[in-house]
Amino acid sequence: MAHDTHIHVRSQAEFEYTKKKRAEEMRGHLATFAIMIFLTLIAFTMVTAGFSAYLIVPIVLLLAAIQVVLQLYYFMHMSGKGHGMVAFFMFCGMFVAFITILALVTIVWW
Amino acid sequence: MSSIAQKKGFGATIWDFMTTVDHKKIAILYLISGGIFFLIGGLEAMLIRVQLAKAGNDFLSAGTYNEIITMHGTTMIFLAAMPILLAFMNAIMPLQIGARDVAFPFLNSLGFWLFFFGGIFLNLSWFMGGAPDAGWTNYASLALASEGKGIDFYSLGLTISGFGTLIAGINFLVTIINMRAPGMTYMRMPLFTWTTFVASALILLAFPPLTVGLFFMVFDRMFDANFFAVEMGGNTIIWEHLFWIFGHPEVYILILPAFGIFSEIFAIFSRKRLFGYTALVFATILIGFYGFMVWAHHMFTVGLGPTANAVFALATMIIAVPTGIKIFNWLLTIWGGNISFSVPMIYAVAFIPSFVAGGVTGVMQAIAPLDYQLHDSYFIVAHFHYVIVGGVVLAILAGTHLYWPKMFGTMLSEKLGKWTFWFFFIGFHLTFFIQHFLGLMGMPRRVYTFGADQGWDLFNAISSVGALFMAIGVIILLVNVVLTSIKNERVGNDPWGDGRTLEWAIASPPPFYNFAQTPLVRGLDSVWIEKMDGNKKGMIFAEPLGDIHMPNGSIIPFVISLGMFIASFGALYFLDGDKPWALAVLIIGLGITFGSMLLRSLKDDLGFHITKAELLEDAKGGNTDGH
Ligand code: HEM
Ligand SMILES: [Cu+2]
Repeated sequence: MAHDTHIHVRSQAEFEYTKKKRAEEMRGHLATFAIMIFLTLIAFTMVTAGFSAYLIVPIVLLLAAIQVVLQLYYFMHMSGKGHGMVAFFMFCGMFVAFITILALVTIVWW
Repeated sequence: MSSIAQKKGFGATIWDFMTTVDHKKIAILYLISGGIFFLIGGLEAMLIRVQLAKAGNDFLSAGTYNEIITMHGTTMIFLAAMPILLAFMNAIMPLQIGARDVAFPFLNSLGFWLFFFGGIFLNLSWFMGGAPDAGWTNYASLALASEGKGIDFYSLGLTISGFGTLIAGINFLVTIINMRAPGMTYMRMPLFTWTTFVASALILLAFPPLTVGLFFMVFDRMFDANFFAVEMGGNTIIWEHLFWIFGHPEVYILILPAFGIFSEIFAIFSRKRLFGYTALVFATILIGFYGFMVWAHHMFTVGLGPTANAVFALATMIIAVPTGIKIFNWLLTIWGGNISFSVPMIYAVAFIPSFVAGGVTGVMQAIAPLDYQLHDSYFIVAHFHYVIVGGVVLAILAGTHLYWPKMFGTMLSEKLGKWTFWFFFIGFHLTFFIQHFLGLMGMPRRVYTFGADQGWDLFNAISSVGALFMAIGVIILLVNVVLTSIKNERVGNDPWGDGRTLEWAIASPPPFYNFAQTPLVRGLDSVWIEKMDGNKKGMIFAEPLGDIHMPNGSIIPFVISLGMFIASFGALYFLDGDKPWALAVLIIGLGITFGSMLLRSLKDDLGFHITKAELLEDAKGGNTDGH
């Protein structure tokens, strides 16, 4: 059977490469983390500053959407290899949910 | 688990099917139970046509009539058409992509048993205080006003069988994404696999809204939740939205696999590569997408306002474009082909004009102002029967002939097949063509009788005669099945002689482990390519012969579903208040379900291996029975 274990010894070059890769990834994580904190701050400030609700609601929703995308791509590794189909189906689902909610809001509840 | 053929007793065979996780046997289960529900739905249709055969008939009472049309529609859509298509998907799709089985064989079995028990539950309503009677669309105000337990049977039964369908859909998606044989790129997948893929995606996205709707319905009926109760501040229109957000994709869940079956048939029996394969694939995907943007065309007369009506009318008309692309590609596949008019091909050729007629009336109904005239009339009944019977049911009959040898190892008689075809085809047009005119003459749908002075007598009588023709056609098919099984003349790998895709490179029926060695795919229509290169086997291999790991059968899916079935009765009677045993039944049922789930997660089941020696033995003996 194909279950025989396979031991792979990493060469020096491979080792350096992964190390560099990891460092880059780490930097990405930190940067997105900072951005996310910043976006959250904006949201809170807007609410406490007492702007009109018509301004706050759309902007907060937009910020939330950006946060979701950052979260998915940088922390949940959706940009990684082999995630194409998963991403595709997630976006299809979001698309259908969006249309549904849009229609119900505009037709039924408006 | 030796591979030597053995004669089994009746009980052993039943047990074998109850515990099987083999996609080919699950396909047979789907086919048999879907077939039985098809006969029940057909019987209900005959009762409807008898009642409407003459003016002022009192064969059925008004209340019974409502129950019968509701159960006819619900049974045909959820318990007959969809499961029979799932049968073909199960039987053929894993073979077409060269897979050992579906991705989750255990779940496959669970999906079937949930569907099965949901269907039985729904049909038991006949004997337990009345069937649902608010139409298959179950519009909320009507449903909430319905007395008796019919509607509760509907909501609970469809919830259970809906879980089953959802599981099947997810399973097929994972299978197609992950388990294609080496070389089988997406753009080399046979069209039936493609349509299975898109239909499964639609199942994944469309069933949740239905589940939510049914959930609200259960809460409204049983716990006075008022989601849809207008007098309490609810909104009855939301049910319509939820139902049709599911309902329109549902009609594509039915028609896309039908398109897939016909695509295979056109290529095989024209002995030509499909014309415009790429266009057919993209049209399929596009139809899947658009399917979610048109649901409100079922609600033009609700009063959504001119803007909403215009948007949904336009979106609906756009769907006709990819559908038209498909029709032309099929015609061009036949064009210049070396055509053989075997039974499946006859169905396929008859399908084109029938389905186009249904599509044209669909576009007519998409014109919102015109739909104010057509809505809720017999014109609508004619439209959806032209697409569902002229499309889906013809595909099911064609697929039964086409894949019977692959599923059972024998060929259905061509002669009887042609008799079935002609009776069914003539009967179909006789029944439904004339209903367009009944609709235009003002006959509303879902009425249990009409007056002799309304001028609808003759056309209704003709329509009823047509239904009789269809019934005769189906009976001939049953005779065909029985005779073929008694004769039991075994056939080889490629009984049609012109098979193009991988399922025709394996024995009929295939051994239970499918391909002994995973095939290597070198292009679209891989078996055809190999045959043209002089390779009689029809495939080359991607791996040397080796041991095969197989899953064990299990009774647990059956028990899980049985638990849900029992619990549903508890839920149904619990709220009567005067039945203290109902709570116990509910708890016992759920206990069985969760207990067996727990057992499954705690007990390791590592499956078994078929050794290389056994495989060689099999290949030598030519034993293909799969036991
Ligand atoms: C060209 C494609 C199609 C178009 C433009 C179309 C359009 C429509 C429209 C506008 C209605 C609503 C009519 C009304 O209630 O006033 C309708 C009803 C219906 N259609 Fe289609 N349709 C198409 C294809 C299909 C297919 C492929 C199926 C099934 C396989 C189907 C099944 C149905 C059913 C079951 C209903 C009636 C539902 C009910 O009210 O009980 N349609 N169609
Ligand atoms: Cu529709």
